[in-house]
Amino acid sequence: MSASNPEKTNSSPPASLVTVKVNGRPVEVPRTMPHPVTGKPVPTTMIQACEAVQVAVPHYCYHHKLPVAGNCRMCLVEYGTPVLGPDRKPLKNPDGSPVISKAPNPAIACATPIMPGMEIYTNTPAVESMRKAVLEFLLINHPLDCPICDQAGECKLQEYAVEYGQTASRFVEEKVHKPKQVDLGPRILLDDERCILCTRCIRFTREVVGDDCLGIVNRGSHNTLTHYPGQPFDNNYTLNTVDLCPVGALTSKDFRFQSRVWFLKRTKSVCTSCATGCNIVIGSRENRVYRYEPRENEAVNSCWMCDQGRLNYRWIGREDRLQNAVIQQTRGQFVQVPWSQAMDQLLQHLRKIPSGSLAILASARQSNEELFLTARLGRRLGAIMDSPPRTGADDRLLMHADKNPNTLGARLLGIAAAQPGGNLQAMAEGICRGDIRTLLALGEDAVKHLGQSVVERLDQLIVCDILPNQSTPQAHILLPGCAHAEKWGTFVNHQGRLQKFGRAVEAPGQAQPEWQFLRQAAQDIGGESIPASVGGIFDEMARETPAFNGITWAGLGDLGATLPI
Amino acid sequence: MPAEYRLILKNIDQAGYQPDIRCYLGHGGYAGLKKAIALGATVVEGKELSGPEQVRREVKLSGLRGRGGAGFPCGTKWSFIDHSSGRPAYLICNADESEPGTFKDRQIIYKDPHQLLEGMIIACYANHIHQAYIYIRGEFVEGARILVRALAEARQHNFLGRNILQSGYDLEIFIHRGAGAYICGEETGLIESLEGKRPYPRIKPPYYPAAYGLYLCPTIVNNVETLCAVKHILEMGGGEYAKLGTPGDPGTRVISLSGQVQKPGYFEIQIGQVTLGQLINDFGGGLRPGRKLKAIIPGGSSSKILKAGERYKFKAKQPDGKELEKEVALLDLKYDSASLAGAGSMCGSGAVIVLDDTADLVLALANISEFYAHESCGQCTPCREGSLWMAKVLHRLTHGQGRAQDADYLLQIANQIPGGRTVCAFGEACSWPVQSFLNKFKDEFAARGRADEQRRTSGAQGGGQGRP
Repeated sequence: MSASNPEKTNSSPPASLVTVKVNGRPVEVPRTMPHPVTGKPVPTTMIQACEAVQVAVPHYCYHHKLPVAGNCRMCLVEYGTPVLGPDRKPLKNPDGSPVISKAPNPAIACATPIMPGMEIYTNTPAVESMRKAVLEFLLINHPLDCPICDQAGECKLQEYAVEYGQTASRFVEEKVHKPKQVDLGPRILLDDERCILCTRCIRFTREVVGDDCLGIVNRGSHNTLTHYPGQPFDNNYTLNTVDLCPVGALTSKDFRFQSRVWFLKRTKSVCTSCATGCNIVIGSRENRVYRYEPRENEAVNSCWMCDQGRLNYRWIGREDRLQNAVIQQTRGQFVQVPWSQAMDQLLQHLRKIPSGSLAILASARQSNEELFLTARLGRRLGAIMDSPPRTGADDRLLMHADKNPNTLGARLLGIAAAQPGGNLQAMAEGICRGDIRTLLALGEDAVKHLGQSVVERLDQLIVCDILPNQSTPQAHILLPGCAHAEKWGTFVNHQGRLQKFGRAVEAPGQAQPEWQFLRQAAQDIGGESIPASVGGIFDEMARETPAFNGITWAGLGDLGATLPI
Repeated sequence: MPAEYRLILKNIDQAGYQPDIRCYLGHGGYAGLKKAIALGATVVEGKELSGPEQVRREVKLSGLRGRGGAGFPCGTKWSFIDHSSGRPAYLICNADESEPGTFKDRQIIYKDPHQLLEGMIIACYANHIHQAYIYIRGEFVEGARILVRALAEARQHNFLGRNILQSGYDLEIFIHRGAGAYICGEETGLIESLEGKRPYPRIKPPYYPAAYGLYLCPTIVNNVETLCAVKHILEMGGGEYAKLGTPGDPGTRVISLSGQVQKPGYFEIQIGQVTLGQLINDFGGGLRPGRKLKAIIPGGSSSKILKAGERYKFKAKQPDGKELEKEVALLDLKYDSASLAGAGSMCGSGAVIVLDDTADLVLALANISEFYAHESCGQCTPCREGSLWMAKVLHRLTHGQGRAQDADYLLQIANQIPGGRTVCAFGEACSWPVQSFLNKFKDEFAARGRADEQRRTSGAQGGGQGRP
C-alpha cells in the first residue's frame, strides 16, 4: 500500500508525457501512473486524464485507491484516435489538425489507457444517454426510500440522479428482493437491496487489507454481496468499506441512524490512537462528536484508517469528564473553585519552589505547542521531565505499536527521554529521596506510572487531565483539560510528519486548552512574553526548535509537512 | 441438391466408428500431428521457418475463422502470442458449448474425441505451449469421461506427455468441468473460472487473453470445432483448406439445425456453398406439411432473427470491376459470415433455428430472454439489470399481464444494453434477440399487450377479477 511507503512513487523517474484532448481541451499527462495498490507504473487512463483538466466523469465502481473493476459502466465515454498514414504518422486535415477516427463503441474511462493524440468526449448526447441508461438500470431494483436510508446526503445514486435521473420510474415489474439488515461483521451492517454491486468493498478488503472475506454469490440481477460462510467480516479496516460504499448498502453499526450527515460539521483533524496520525475529519453536531472519517493524505494514511482509531472518540463526550478546577484545602477536603483561583494557587506554588524540586510527567498525547510550553516551564524550574510510553499491537497497514500520537514531538521538544519513559525511574527515586516535592502531571496518571506509594510522598500533586483516574482524587490542584477535538494544535507522527488538528467541539465546563494555562505559567515564571495564540506559540516553537525550522503555522497546510529529521 | 462436405464429421456416425484411439488410428488419425512434428526448418519465401512456425503459417494461410461465435481469424489470434514474454503460454479448448440451438461440439467430443486432441496437440506444438486445458461444460458428463479416456490413450501412445513421438516436445492436457454457466463460454469468464474464481469476464483492455490470459500469461482460447479444423488444415495444407468455403470465410462448418423442420440435426457444409433454403429443405427435410416459414434465427439464440420474405441488398463486384447491387431473398442467402452480416445477423455458433407460422414469437422471445436473464453473470450494470428486466416484461406478456405500450417499452430497454456498453458480448447476446424480434414482429407484441389490456378492462367492467 502506498501509504506505508509514500516516497516510493516520488523517487521513480518522471514518466514521459502524452498529450490528449478532453472535450477539445489539450492536456499533457504522464504516460504511466503508479498502480493504486502495488505502486508499479501502469498506463494512465482516460479518467485520470479527465481529472487533470477537472472534467468530472461520473462513476461508482472506480476508486483512485483501488484496482479497477470496470463494472458500473457509468464512466462510459466516447473517444477518437488519430488516423495514421502508411508512414505511421498521423494524417492531417487541410487545416493542419490531425484526422481523428471516432471509435464506434464507447469505452469505460476508468480502465481505458490513453494514447498520444487521443480525443476524449465526455459531454456528447450519446454519453449523456448512456449515463441515463446506467442510472435507470441501477435504480430499477434499488429501494427508492431515501428518506429512511442512512446514506442520504452522501449517496452517489442520489447525486447522479439529479443530473441523469428521471422524475418518475417507468419500471412496473416486481423488484428483486434480497436480504436486508445482514450482519456482515461486528461493525458492519449490510442492506443487499441497496447494494449496486460495484465491488469496491470486496476489492478493498482483498487487495488493500489482504483479508479476502467478501464476495458475491448468485447470478445476474440476483447477485448478492456476502461474507465468506462462517467467517464474519472482522478485520481492523472494515469501516473503510462504509466510506467506500457509494450507496447505503454498507453502514457502520456505530454511526447508522445517529445523525443526518448534512447536519454534521466537518473539522479537519488527526487521529490520536497511535503514532501513525491518520488524517481525519471529525463529524460533529451541537457539541457532540458523531464520527471520525479518514481524510486522504498520500504521505500518511492514503484514504484509510483503522476501525480501532475510528471508533475511539466516545471518551470525548463522556459524562464523567473533568469539568471543574478543584483544590484540596486540607487533606481529603476538595473544593470547586473558579479557574483563576486554582491558577493563582498554582502560580504561587511554582514561584516559591526551589530549583530541582519539580518533576513533570507530561504526555505524548499533548500537542507540540503544549509540550513546548511545558518544556520551557520545566527548564526554568530545573524540573526532571518525561512522558510515559504507551505500546500495543501493530499491523502492516496503518496501526503503529506506539499508541501515543506525539511521541516524536515530545522527544523533539525535550520532554520525553531518548527512550520515552526512561526518566520515570529517576523521577520516582527523586520523589522517594525527598529531593522532588512537587509533581506536575499533565494528561498522564501519576499513580499508574510512578506508583501510589511514590505519589503519596509528594508535597504537592498538580494534575491537569481530561478524565478521572487514580491520581485525580489525590491532586492538590486539579485542572480540567481538553481533548484534541476541543482545541487547535499539532502532532508529529512516527515518520516525522508534522500535522495540524482543528477544534471541532467546545470543551465541557471550565475546561480550557492546556496551552492557555501553560502559557500563563511559563510567562509568569520565565518573565517573558509568549504569544497568546496557538499559531503564535507554534511559530515561536518552530523558531526555537531546529527540527521545526522554517515552518510557520500559516504555512503548514492541512496535509502537514515532513520534518527534516 | 448440395451435398454435405464432411471433413470434421468424416468418421462420425459411420458404421462401427468408435471413439477409441484404435479406431481413430485405423482411420488415419494423428497423421496431422506426425506431419507437424516431422516438419524441419525450411526456407519459405526467403525466410527460414521452424516447424512450429510453418504450422502457424499454414493456419494463417487457411484463413480459418473461429467457430465459437465471434468468427475471429484463428491465425491472427495465434499471432498475438508473444513468445518472448518469458511467461508460459497456455491453450484452452473452449468446450463450454452453451449457446441455445448449438450441438456441434458435442458430436465431436462424444464421437471423435481424438480428433479434438490431435488438433489441440498440433495447436500447442505450433505455439510452444506445454500445458493446455479443455474447459468442458458441466452438463457434458459423459463427454468429460470420454475425454479422460481419450487423454489416457493418447498418453499411452506418446501423443501426450514427455518427449512426444521422440520430438523432445512435452505437453499435458487437463480437463476442467464447468459448473453449468453460459458465461463460462466467454473466453475471459472461462479463464477466471479456470483460475477458480467467479466467471466474471475481464475488461478488455487490458485483459486480452493473448497478453494477459490464464494466470495473466499469454493464452489462446479456441473452440472445439476450430481446433479440429487445425488438424485438417495441417493434413491438407492451408492453401488447400482455403479453397473450401468462401475467400473471406474458408473451410467447412458444422451446422446445428433445430426448430420446426422435419429432420433437425447437424450437417457439415462448405461455408457459402449452401443457402438457408437448402439447409431447411434439403438437409432438414423441409417444414412440416402445411406450415409456412415465419423466421430463422441463423447463428444461435443470440443472433438477430431473420423474417420470412425479407430481401437483402448486396453489392457484388463484377469481373469488369463494376459494382452491381443485387437482391437476395432470405432462403437464397448463402450460409457464410459475409452474407449473414449483410442480412443484419451473423453465423455465430452455426446454430440455425427455424420457426414456422405456428410459432408464438412472444413466447419464443420470452424463452430466450429468460435464458439470458438466468445466465447473466451480474458483473456489469446494463446486462445484469437489463436482462432480467426484459425477461420480466416478457413474462408478463406471456402470462396475460401485457400492456399496449410494452412493445415500445421492451425495445427501449433493449436499446440501452448493447453497443460496447457492457464488459463482454453478453450485453449484445441478450439484447439483439429482443431488438430484432421487436423490430421485425412488433405487431405481434403490441397486439398481445393490447389484447391483455382489453381483456382486463372488459373483465373489470363485467365485475371480473381484472388486474392492472
